[in-house]
Amino acid sequence: MAVKLEARDIRLEYYQPRTDTRLVALDGVNLTVMDGEFVSIVGPSGCGKTTFLSVVDGLIAATNGRVMVNGRVVSRPGPDRAVVFQDASLLPWRTVERNVVYGLECLGIADAEAKARARKFIDMVGLSGFEHHYPHELSGGMQQRVNLARALVMDPEVLLMDEPFAALDAQTREGMQEELLRIWLQAKKTVLFITHQIDEAIYLSDRVVVFSGRPGRVKEIIEVGMERPRRLTVKREARFHAIEDRIWGLIEEDLKSRIAGDRPPDTPRD
Amino acid sequence: MSTQTVIGEGHVERPPPLVRWYAEHRRAVFGTLVAILFLLFWEGLSRGWWADALRPLIGHAADPLLVPPIFISSPSRIAAEAWRMFVVTREIWSDLRFSAMEYALGLGAAIAVGMPLGLASGWYRRLSYAVGPFLAGFNATPQVALLPLIIIWVGFGLAAKILIIFALAVLPIAISAQSAVRTTDARLLKVAHSFGAGEWHLFRTIILPSAVPFLLAGLRLAVGRAMIGIVVGEIFGSAVGVGAMINRSGSRFETDKVFVGVLVIAAAGMLLAELVHQIERRVEAWRPSV
Repeated sequence: MAVKLEARDIRLEYYQPRTDTRLVALDGVNLTVMDGEFVSIVGPSGCGKTTFLSVVDGLIAATNGRVMVNGRVVSRPGPDRAVVFQDASLLPWRTVERNVVYGLECLGIADAEAKARARKFIDMVGLSGFEHHYPHELSGGMQQRVNLARALVMDPEVLLMDEPFAALDAQTREGMQEELLRIWLQAKKTVLFITHQIDEAIYLSDRVVVFSGRPGRVKEIIEVGMERPRRLTVKREARFHAIEDRIWGLIEEDLKSRIAGDRPPDTPRD
Repeated sequence: MSTQTVIGEGHVERPPPLVRWYAEHRRAVFGTLVAILFLLFWEGLSRGWWADALRPLIGHAADPLLVPPIFISSPSRIAAEAWRMFVVTREIWSDLRFSAMEYALGLGAAIAVGMPLGLASGWYRRLSYAVGPFLAGFNATPQVALLPLIIIWVGFGLAAKILIIFALAVLPIAISAQSAVRTTDARLLKVAHSFGAGEWHLFRTIILPSAVPFLLAGLRLAVGRAMIGIVVGEIFGSAVGVGAMINRSGSRFETDKVFVGVLVIAAAGMLLAELVHQIERRVEAWRPSV
C-alpha cells in the first residue's frame, strides 16, 4: 500500500503579544496515513488535534516541518484535501444542493456538472428528496450529512474530519458512525478523523493516534486490528474494551502528569 | 361549548365564522379601532363635542376641550383640504414631484457611496482605521447644522436638497454595511478558505449574503432619515416641494395644509419602510421563521 498522507516533524508556535511569550501548540508531530486507511486522532482537550488538522488542510502554516499528499508538499488548502467541519457550518441561505456544490463552485466547475456530481453524493449520504431544503429545516444529523457530502463531492485524496459528530446526541452519533463506515467503504477514501470520543475512534479506525497535550505530540499509535465491516455491537466486546482501557490509560497518564507537573499547562517550554 | 376539541373521534369542531375572522384579523381589528377612536377624539376636540358634553357637569372647566381648528385642524378639514389639493386644484403634485426627485437622487447617492464604503471598510482593516474617526465625527454631528454651509457651497437649488438628504442618509447605510461585514460568521469564512475560494468569490458567496439583513436594516433607517431631509432642506429659499409647502402654509396659519403635507410625508415614509420590509422578507426565505 502506498503512503497517501505524510506529516513530518510538524512544529507550530504562536507568538502571544500580551505576555510576550511563544506558545508551542504542536511539537514534532510525525504521522503517516496509507492509501484508503482510516486514522483517528484522540487526546485530551486542547492537545492541538484540531490545530493539527488545520495545518494538514493548509489553513494554518506550520512553523517547521511539512505535510505531503501523494509525496507532494502542500502549504495551502487544495482540492486534494476536503474538510468535514465540527459545526456543520453550512451556508444558511443555500439549499442542500447549493451547499454541496460550494467547493466545486470554488474550483470553477460548470453548474450542470457540479449538480450532477452533487446528486450522487446527496444520494450516498441518504438525503435524496432534501435537495431543496434549507439547513434550518434539517436535523443536526442531517446537517452533518450535508457537511460530509460537501467534502466527498470534491473527490479529495484525503478526507479530513474535525469532530464531526461532537454536537450530536448519543443515539444520532452512533447511527452516524455506522453510516460513515458504510459511506467510507463505498467511497474508498483515506480519512483522518479527529475526535475526543475514544469509542468512536476505535470503532471507526484502522489505527488510533493518541496525542499528548501542550505541546501536542504523538504519544502512541494503536493498531485496532478488528475485521470489517464492523457492527455497532463490536463496541460491547471484550477486545474493544481492552483497546479502550489502554487508550484511556494513556490519556489519564498525560492528564495526571500535567496536574502533578511543576508548571501550569499554558506555560510555554521555551 | 362549540369550540371544544373532541379527542378520539377523528375530527375537531371548527369555531363559528365570526370568531375565526376575529382570530385571523385580531391585529388589524385593534389597530383600526384605536385609530378610529383617536380620529373621533380629535374631530370632537375641534368641533367642541367634548366641551359641550361636559359643560353641564363641570362648567367652564370644560372649555379647554374646545380647541379652535387654527391650532389643531381636524380630520374632516384635513380630508377636505387633501381632496382639494390632490384632485380639485391639483396644486400638490408639482411639490410632490420635486420632493420625490430630490429624495430619490439624495438617497440613491447615499446608497451608491455608503454601501461600498461601508463594505470596504468592514473588510479592509486599514481602510476602517482611516475612515473610522471621520465616520464617528460625522455621526456625532447634527447633519442639519450643515445646511447653511451647503447653501454657501451650492446655493439654494436642487443640489442643496440632494446634499442634505445625502448627509442624513449616508451614515446609517455605511455604518450598518461596515458592521455587517465585521460580524460575518468566522466558521463560514473558514469553510470558504478551506475550499480555496478566491477573494471575490468569498465576498460574493459569504460576505454579501450574510450582510444583506444588515444592509436592509440600515436602508430602512436611512429611508426615514432622508424624509427629514426633505423638510429641512426646503426650509430656506425653496418655492416648490412638500417641505416648502409645509413651511409656507405654517407661516400663514393654514393648519389644514400643514397637516396634509405632514401626512403625505408620513405616508410616503411608511410606504417605503414597508417596501424595504417586503424586500427583507423575500430575500430571507432561508431564515427560520420565528
